[in-house]
Parts: sequence; C-alpha cells; structure tokens
Amino acid sequence: MRQNGLKSEILGSLAQAAWFTVLLFPLIVMKVNVAMSKATVQFRWSYLPIIAIASFVLSFVWRRALEWSSTRVEKPAGSSFSSKIMGRFQIFESNKTIRLATVALFVLCVAVYPFALGMYHTNIMITALIYVMLALGLNIVVGWGGLLNLGYAAFFAVGAYTYGFLWKFVGPQFVSAGFDTGWLFWIALPMAGIIATVFGVLLSLPVLRLRGDYLAIITLAFGEIVRMVLQNASDITGGATGISLIPRPWFLGFKLPPKQAATYIYYIAVILVVLTVFIVRRLEDSRVGRALEAMREDEIACQSMGIDLVHNKLVTFALGAFWAGIAGVVLAAQTTYINPDSFTLWESVMILMAVVIGGQGSIPGAIVGAMLLKLLPEYFRPLAQYRMLIYGIAMIVIIIFKPDGLIPRKRKSYYFVKKNSADSGHEVRV
Amino acid sequence: MTSEMKPILEIEDLSMVFGGLRAIDCVSMHINSGEIAALIGPNGAGKTTIFNCITGVYKPTEGTVSIVDSDGGKEKIQGLKPHLINNKGLARTFQNIRLFSNMSVLENVMIGRHNSLKGGILSAIVRDRRTREEEQRILDESYEILKKIRLDQFVNETARNLPYGAQRRLEIARALATDPFLLLLDEPVAGMNPHETKELEETINLIREQEKVTILLIEHDMSLVMNVSERIYVLDYGRLIAEGTPLEIKSNREVIKAYLGE
Repeated sequence: MRQNGLKSEILGSLAQAAWFTVLLFPLIVMKVNVAMSKATVQFRWSYLPIIAIASFVLSFVWRRALEWSSTRVEKPAGSSFSSKIMGRFQIFESNKTIRLATVALFVLCVAVYPFALGMYHTNIMITALIYVMLALGLNIVVGWGGLLNLGYAAFFAVGAYTYGFLWKFVGPQFVSAGFDTGWLFWIALPMAGIIATVFGVLLSLPVLRLRGDYLAIITLAFGEIVRMVLQNASDITGGATGISLIPRPWFLGFKLPPKQAATYIYYIAVILVVLTVFIVRRLEDSRVGRALEAMREDEIACQSMGIDLVHNKLVTFALGAFWAGIAGVVLAAQTTYINPDSFTLWESVMILMAVVIGGQGSIPGAIVGAMLLKLLPEYFRPLAQYRMLIYGIAMIVIIIFKPDGLIPRKRKSYYFVKKNSADSGHEVRV
Repeated sequence: MTSEMKPILEIEDLSMVFGGLRAIDCVSMHINSGEIAALIGPNGAGKTTIFNCITGVYKPTEGTVSIVDSDGGKEKIQGLKPHLINNKGLARTFQNIRLFSNMSVLENVMIGRHNSLKGGILSAIVRDRRTREEEQRILDESYEILKKIRLDQFVNETARNLPYGAQRRLEIARALATDPFLLLLDEPVAGMNPHETKELEETINLIREQEKVTILLIEHDMSLVMNVSERIYVLDYGRLIAEGTPLEIKSNREVIKAYLGE
C-alpha cells in the first residue's frame, strides 16, 4: 500500500517533470539572438536536465508534503511540538515574577527601540504598527464577521485624506488664528475614525444582502471607486500628486526635527496599537463579538436565534473601518505626503493576507501576520524582486498545511464548579 | 387537558409559490398551548417550507401566520424578519444541522441567550459591573440549559466535533435558550440510531413538561411521532390532507395512499 503510494508519486512527479520540460523548453532552452536584423536561435541544452531535475524534485517534495499533511493525525494534547512550546510558556504564565519580568523586558524593548536602532528602523516599525492596526481592524470584518472585504484600503484612504483635507483646507485658517499646526493631528485622529466609520456604514448598506463572492466584488469596486475619486477629483484631492507637507504632530507645542518626530510618531503608534489590542480583546468574547462570529458561522441560524443581521453587519463594517481611519492618519503624519497610490487594491490584499496568514479571527495572529508581512520584506531587500513569488508560495503553503493560520484563534474555555442548587458557576480563563 | 386547549399559533390559508411551483397550497392549521403537534408527509410535501414561512426565513405568498395571546388577540407575524419572530417567542431547529460549528458548545447556547442582555459595543469595552454580571448570568443560564439537555460534559468542545446525536440536541438547547413559547423541531431524530431516538424522545417530553414549551415537530420517524405527539397534521404536495390524533391518522385512507400509493 505504502510502497504503491510512493511508486505512483514518483511516476506522477516524472510525468510532471516531463510536462514542465516541454512547457519551459521554448522559454529557457531556446534563446533567440537578434544581431544585425538577423535572428538566430541558440539552443542551450545544458538547461534541459536542470529543468527536468528541478521540476521533478519540486513536484516530489510537494507530493510528499501533501501526503504528510493528509495523513497527519491530530496528536494528543501535550505531545505536539507547539503544545510543548506552549508548555514552556506556561512557566511564564504561572510564575508571577517571571511573567512580570518578561512583560517589563518587552515594554523596555518597545520603549528603547527608536533610540537603540535609529530613524530608519523606527520608520519601518511605524509602518509595521500601522499595518498591525489595519490587520486588527480587518480581522473584525473578515475573521469574525466572515464578510470578505477587498476594499479595506478605501477606509485607510479615508482616514489619511481626512487629515490631508484638514491640513489643506482648515490648516491656513488654523495657523492664522494663532494655533500650531501640530495640533491638527490630534483633531484629525478622532475625526478620521468617525468619518471612516460613517463610510463603513455607507458601504455596508448596499451590501447587506450579499455574501461571499458578491460581497468581495462589491467591496473591491468600492475600494477602487474611492481611489479613482481621489485620483481624479484633482481640485480637491490634488489628484495623482496628492497632498504634501502634511504636518507631523508636535510634542507639547514644540515642532520636532524629523528624527525626533519619527520617534514621537512611533510612540503614538505604539499607544494606538495597544489601545486597539485592548479594545478588540474586550470585544472578542463579549456579547457583540459572539454575535459577529455567529453571523460568520451561519447567517440563517444566527437570525433564527434572534440576532439582527442588519445591525450586526453595520457594526462589523463600522468597527473595521474605524481602525483603518485611525491608521490612515498615522500614515499621513508619518510620511507627510499622501497620494492615491498608497491605497491600491494591493494594499487591501496585503492586509487580507496578514489576517489569513496570521489566523482568521485570531488577534495575536493578525499582529504577527502584519509584522511578518511588513518587516520581512524590509529586511530582505536583496530578495525584493522575488517578493511576489515568496508571498504566493507562503500563501499556498499556509492555506494547504495550516489553514487556521500561524496562530489559530483560541476559543475561551469556561469551567463550572459544581456547587449547591442555587449556585453560580465559577469561570476560569485558560 | 381539554380545558387549556387554546390555540397559540394560527396559520390561515398559507400559500408559498416558488416560480410556478405551489410548494404550499392554502394550508390552515393551529397549534394549541402546551401540546406536542407533529407535521408529517412524504419527502417534498412542503413541511420545511411551512417552518420557513412561520419563522420568517421565507415570506409567504399568501395567508397569515399569527400568534394568539391568552385573550384571543391575534398578532400577525408573517413576513417579519426571522430575528423579530424569534424575539416574539418562536424558536426552531434545522433539518440539516446549522450549528455555529467553529464555536464552542457553550457559546452556541450563549448566542441563543443573546437577546436576554443588552450590552453593546461600549459596555463590552468598558466592561462595567452590569456587563460582567450579565455575562456571568448568561453563562450560568446557558450551562443550566446544557445540563438539562445533558450536554454539560461537552461545554468547551467545539460544536462540529460533537457526535451527531449531540449536535442535534445542541440545536434544541440553543433554540431553548431563546426562551420560546413555541419550539419548532425540524426532523430532530433524522439519522439517529434507535437508542439516540429514545433519548431524544425523553428530552422532548422533558422540555414540554419542565419548560412549558409547546412543540411542533416535523418527523419521518413514525414511532417517535406516534409516541410523543397529540395531534398530527399530514401534508402532501403542499396541501393538508389529514389532521387528527395518532390513532385517527394511522387509519386514515388518504394518508396511507399518500405514503404508500394505491
């Protein structure tokens, strides 16, 4: 049986290698040289075995991996690799001093980061933190609500342009009234959140009846519409050139030089991320969060259990959009320049990838996913030309071998201590 | 028993048309308070369609569905949104199990209790004392329901990992959690073995006696139908062909014809 499987795998891989050799023959082996308006075909036969062997090996490895994945049995709790690691971490959880020390160390690392590593790394980290906010926001929509949103960057744009417009149109009056431009950031922050939320509600109204593919297409269209409007309404938005010289936030009424400003924005971003995490954690196992997840699981059953789907969808889109709006302001403040190119479909896809790679519905997953997707490309610049290839492979591998993501959503466990009749259960968090 | 034979749900001339197909044709029926009624009929007779019309999943083409209160006042509910109908006290289960399969068993039931609390986004974020108490309350209540349906050993289990029979019972538990006065069970024992069927029969009787919930069930398992139900409606090709006690139905020629042919 097993031997048979291996044999058929080898045969399959051989067939695939042969097919690939034929397919790639004109592309790799044949080379057309054009010299003095005469074309000569050069055959590079030495490439032929390379294609054959490489495609055979890749195909075979892939088949083995699939086989391994399908026969892999769920190991009993405690013996799998990840749970062993978690077991190690248990020490951190159970021992209060160790836990406190770890948290303190982490906080210290976060705090000294910009001073230890300089402006370049700080700026990269700010971008990553912005993505963490975006991923956490999209996680509410896609991970919890189950509503595939491919136009998420539109809300990001709404946030950034809120700050941009505020600067462009209100800024001059603001300055002539004797205020510092640095305060605009703090006005823009809540404003962008609210306006993005309004946009979220506006988008959710026409898509209330849609799910799955249709929803994805409509949200995709929405994202592109917002971008096109930003690009073409040049009188207001500055068109493709965007809005520039957006002020960075000032520190207590002092204008900071770029380096210190980056540090300052870094801290603001950190605080906003902490706030985001705090709020989504609170929502996660609350009445609201549960209702969203029920909607993802089964809309008809969810309605039949007395949950208002319309209200639920509005909440989902509004909550998701809010964080994108906030993130947009931070982006505008960091780069001091915004144009529609920052809010393409590709941005939406990247954020979605962060959520899927991290683990749909999982908060630590969204954080890790966003960090990986933003930081790795920065630190592997030499491989930049293979970026798309690597993203693609990573996506395929994760979806096939780890469909729940790197850090799957962990459900809250409840324990009830048996007591007398009129008892109230005792709840413990695991 | 006879003294409290008051209808609580009345269906009058209900019709549902899909394109050219009359899935339900002028069906009138009523459910009495406290009884267990059954709706039977061959496959495709329109039983689940009636359920969907009652619970708001479909908007009936014609006819009315009304809740009758104790004074005889009628409140029409046909065409309302499913969640509003649920809020009025009608809960249902589904023929093809529709659990929130990636959520835990307890959470499934807690969703059923969703409307017994009010906390919104802000209170979830602030998590003030009232919210915490509410949360604790529905935790306890949900656990009680699970205990009653004998699913308490599965509390933290993911719903989709439950054995089949337990999944069916969890659907009932979830529906019960919404505090209904009328429970609509769509083929509760489909695919169950005799032992599980027996267990569910006990559960149904228990729900009726302890919770004072009226039950309307669709079922193909005749032994269950004959054992638990007091009144039976028989549906064939969307039309009501018989109504009566189990004994009457057993000997009804129309019914035998519908099931076995001539």
